[in-house]
Amino acid sequence: MNFWGFSISEARVIDYDKNDKTLAQIMATEVPSSKLCIGCGGCTATCSAGNLTEFNIRKLQMLAKRGENKELQTQLHKCMLCGKCLLVCPRGVDTRRMIWSMLRFINS
Amino acid sequence: MYYDPFVLPFSIGLNVLLIYLVIKYIRWIRTFSPKDRRTIRRNIFSLKTLKAGKEVFLESLVHHKIFRTNPFLGYMHMCFGLGWFLLIVVGKIESLVYHTSIFNPPYFAIFFRYFHPAQETFPYCNTFAFLMDLILLMILSGLTLALLKRLYSRALGLKKTTKHRPFDLLILTVLWLIFPFRFLAESFTSGVRGGGSFLTHSAGNFFDSFLPIESLAYPAWWAYSIALGLFFLLLPFSRYMHIPTEMVYIFLKNWGIKQGKRFTAISQFQLYACSRCGICIDRCQLGSSLGQLDTQPVYFLKKIRHGKDHSVQDLNCLMCGRCEAACPVDLKLNALRLTQRPDYTRITRSTFEYIPTPSPARNKVAYFAGCMGHLTPSVIQAMERIFQKAGVDYTFIDREKGICCGRPMMLAGNHRAASVLVEKNKASIQQSGADILVTSCPICYKTFREEYHLDIQVMHHTEYLDLLIRNKQLIPHPSDQKTVFHNPCELGRGCDVYAAPAHVLQAVSQRIATAYDDKNSLCCGGSLANLYIRPEQRTQISSDALHAYLAYHPDVLVTACPLCKKTFTKTENAVPVKDIAEMVAENC
Repeated sequence: MNFWGFSISEARVIDYDKNDKTLAQIMATEVPSSKLCIGCGGCTATCSAGNLTEFNIRKLQMLAKRGENKELQTQLHKCMLCGKCLLVCPRGVDTRRMIWSMLRFINS
Repeated sequence: MYYDPFVLPFSIGLNVLLIYLVIKYIRWIRTFSPKDRRTIRRNIFSLKTLKAGKEVFLESLVHHKIFRTNPFLGYMHMCFGLGWFLLIVVGKIESLVYHTSIFNPPYFAIFFRYFHPAQETFPYCNTFAFLMDLILLMILSGLTLALLKRLYSRALGLKKTTKHRPFDLLILTVLWLIFPFRFLAESFTSGVRGGGSFLTHSAGNFFDSFLPIESLAYPAWWAYSIALGLFFLLLPFSRYMHIPTEMVYIFLKNWGIKQGKRFTAISQFQLYACSRCGICIDRCQLGSSLGQLDTQPVYFLKKIRHGKDHSVQDLNCLMCGRCEAACPVDLKLNALRLTQRPDYTRITRSTFEYIPTPSPARNKVAYFAGCMGHLTPSVIQAMERIFQKAGVDYTFIDREKGICCGRPMMLAGNHRAASVLVEKNKASIQQSGADILVTSCPICYKTFREEYHLDIQVMHHTEYLDLLIRNKQLIPHPSDQKTVFHNPCELGRGCDVYAAPAHVLQAVSQRIATAYDDKNSLCCGGSLANLYIRPEQRTQISSDALHAYLAYHPDVLVTACPLCKKTFTKTENAVPVKDIAEMVAENC
């Protein structure tokens, strides 16, 4: 039922022990600046892909850290690597490199 | 028959080298694609071959491009290239005049002073002796400069020189020994039997005063021959492979073989044509700003050639093209770097399905701001104002739902993904029915020109502004603001657009000439091509570049790229950084 524009989320569990966190580790070693993120959402606000579809760089980070790789994979490919996010980040997170590294890892 | 056993090292070395080179080049040429082979067949008997011959003379022998970096450095290279060539050619002519058979063996000309009894004269023998001495002196002077360069490279205009492998240092020593040995052998022989001219004759008499030159002359000829033979034998495995390969590369280049997206036979030729002169080292801002001294083309190509790991070097390049602009061999360094970035993307039909089908309004002029344009709205506003002032009706292709032109993807090696974006953008450009496509972003501009194969005119906004001013559609009034122009990498070196921004800027401001004009402009540090350096390192490059420009004390630093503008303004705001469109909009 989504009558009023709201719905009830299905119950779900994120199992930190079982989820694969390799991607998060790769991100942490290859792009150490990813740890600096304060979640301001500037990257998402400026994103060329985010302007057209459901694509949220801040959320990608969260998914990677939680080990939810399946959803991450479908999302990552939407990025056009244009690099605007990198220029607006107030914390100096190498967002473009982060996405590129994750893409390379899941494709190799 | 003129023969002596000492010619053997030279003759064996030369023959082995020639056989090796022929086999190696034929093996590479056989791997050319059928299309490339057709191109070669079509152009081999054309003026292009003559043009290539001229280029071989100017680049491989005279080294005219190095003179631009530093006259002494150019002279040093010319001494070895042209000097050695003249020594061979004039020596050959001399031997032919003396001994009319053209079939005398190569060693006869090389060791002419040994075989020729000095008492016997022949036409112009004194002139030849003088010329040969003069050429030898020229090479020896070059050698002195080369020694000086090893000790103090700044004297020859190089802050940093290439770090060579021990093997390359060995062959360097052999090369350096060749000419002193020749000098000694000829001097000793001249001291014993006469002959020679101002250099070898005088030196012969001088050595005679305190050395047993009679017993030293023959060993000196042996030493000269061994040095030559050893140099030829070591050459294929050293950086001196550039000597023969560069010439073949120049011919292939002139016949129209292009460095494509893959590492092919032409890339092999380029790899071996790199002389490791090290001119690229000082040009690289990764070196000057960050102290990273292992990623410059000289080291990158060296690593590929010797099978070392180059995964970091593949990614660590701004692709600003400063090295390429200074490369004396004209290697396509950016394209070579890109061949090492593999396409790993797995693109399906649905990947970019979210991009809507475009439907821009139809108009004669189409404007494309680009992603970076949207990041600097002031540039778009300035362009809109200019269009309005000039009374130009236009359609704004990516006003609302714009997408990337695809170049950032290509720079990451992901050509398949890029091709989807290219297709989407191409559709919307074609739908607009425009005759002229104006873009504010040099990155988009380069891609539109090179990858989109559009049948309409593509212009960067600097070119368009220049056109409007020339057509008197825009009448700017010059302000008295002093400006320094930062020519973006992709616009200047990338697309060869230098005149248009200079005209426009002169029309609206007082432009200060700097050492960074035209091909020498710096990279702002924001380059999307580098996939390795960290954001704070980018800021460092940006800050160094900015200070280099600000040393000329401009009122405004003007650029023509929204990415450069954004990068500079992010770094520091001591002096306003404006786009050239903003300057025009303010002054018309």
